[in-house]
Amino acid sequence: MPGFDFSNYNRNAALHARGVPLPKATSTGTTIVGCIFEGGVVIAADTRATSGPIVADKNCEKLHYISPNIWCAGAGTAADTEFTTALISSQLELHSLSTGRKPRVVTCMTMLKQHLFRYQGHIGAYLVVAGVDPTGTHLFTVHAHGSTDKLPYVTMGSGSLAAMSVFETQWKPQLTQDEAVALCSEAIQSGIFNDLGSGSNVDVAIITDKKTTLKRNYIKPNERVPKLKSYIFKRGTTAVLNEKIIRKEDLGNFVSVHELAVEETGDKMEVDA
Amino acid sequence: MEFGNSGCLSEDGIHVDMDRLKKGEVNLGTSIMAVTFKDGVILGADSRTTTGAYIANRVTDKLTRVNDTIWCCRSGSAADTQAVADIVQYQLGLFAMMNGKPPTTQTAVSIFQDICYANKDRLSAGLIVAGWDERHGGQVYSIPLGGSLHKQSYAIGGSGSTYIYGFCDANWKEGMEEEDAVNFVKEALKEAIKWDGSSGGVIRMVVLTEKGADRHLYLPDTEYQVRHE
Repeated sequence: MPGFDFSNYNRNAALHARGVPLPKATSTGTTIVGCIFEGGVVIAADTRATSGPIVADKNCEKLHYISPNIWCAGAGTAADTEFTTALISSQLELHSLSTGRKPRVVTCMTMLKQHLFRYQGHIGAYLVVAGVDPTGTHLFTVHAHGSTDKLPYVTMGSGSLAAMSVFETQWKPQLTQDEAVALCSEAIQSGIFNDLGSGSNVDVAIITDKKTTLKRNYIKPNERVPKLKSYIFKRGTTAVLNEKIIRKEDLGNFVSVHELAVEETGDKMEVDA
Repeated sequence: MEFGNSGCLSEDGIHVDMDRLKKGEVNLGTSIMAVTFKDGVILGADSRTTTGAYIANRVTDKLTRVNDTIWCCRSGSAADTQAVADIVQYQLGLFAMMNGKPPTTQTAVSIFQDICYANKDRLSAGLIVAGWDERHGGQVYSIPLGGSLHKQSYAIGGSGSTYIYGFCDANWKEGMEEEDAVNFVKEALKEAIKWDGSSGGVIRMVVLTEKGADRHLYLPDTEYQVRHE
């Protein structure tokens, strides 16, 4: 039968109804921020990906390319942020080719919100959209359910509270580029140090009307230093009580090998009843 | 997809998950209102958007343009109300181009109502639509949760509105001057913000008259006295 198979959905619903907890997807318990300055916009992110209590990736990339002048920072379900931004990036490039114009940030934001709204929050992508286009500099947040906000400085993810406290105490209008980069990385570090879901390094992207600069691992506040002492055990630490050598030709005394005839029954690919 | 521990099979074997309806959505726990006055209408709103206990945006604009002199106040789910307003804005833009004249407020509310009623089981959107047009002057309509439509001389909505039914009823006067109407809206919203925890931030207003749309902004720093912007 062609089409989608929803039988696993019914199975999951039945299991869930009996109280079986279902597995959790890898989520980027994250700190992401964005901030507008005179002549452009900065976005920044931490680099920790988690799966429950486990750090799944110590140096992942949460800044996603949309177009040369539009970039996205993603929080929520890692796979969803990755694929949603890739999908919209592709559609936006085709749109830009067909109209013969540079892509706009509002277009990107509208496509994202309409895509996410259609999926009613099941696509767990929480995004900060930033960019410079012929109409000016823009910064948006897009929530998984499809709502959007337009603000001069934004934070998202589990570390958003820690990061927002930095913005709310240090932000001022008309920041310079260097001030904006410093403020954003300060906000991310606040997430890295105060939020369990965030950690490792700071990634920064600076977008101006001239060019975009991606500063991967702009700050590395958690570098692993060499151990002060070697913890390798010296040879002979474990006492040898006895020793026995088995030669290859004597292996038959310990392992027996029997050849079995293969039975040919029906089509191997036939799995239906 | 995440599942909570809220799953259960009802008697007829239908699977029910209570959490599905309210899982981490961005809400506009709100105070909104719109009033008619001598020369047109005034829309007013607070600026707080929340996700649970966290204020996701403290300077939200809940007054949304769907046409030059037809605007709406949004309450309920931020995603739902933005999606509905975007569709109506598109439809009215198309209407204006095809007919070579701006749509009436009735046309706008009719589109709003069609969407809200047809999707009543999927939307949590409480809207107040107000507009000024050449034929009918200023008009206020309210479209609450079920998708019904009510023409009123003034309308209040959102969680904060419960605190100001008495205030509005006691102070409302038909056909006020603009200054008095602005004051009525401001004082009502101040009261709603004061008592409702889900409302707060700045007070935004839009005055719609023959002359077009005029935006007001009042900040809590100056006790909402000084008009900014």
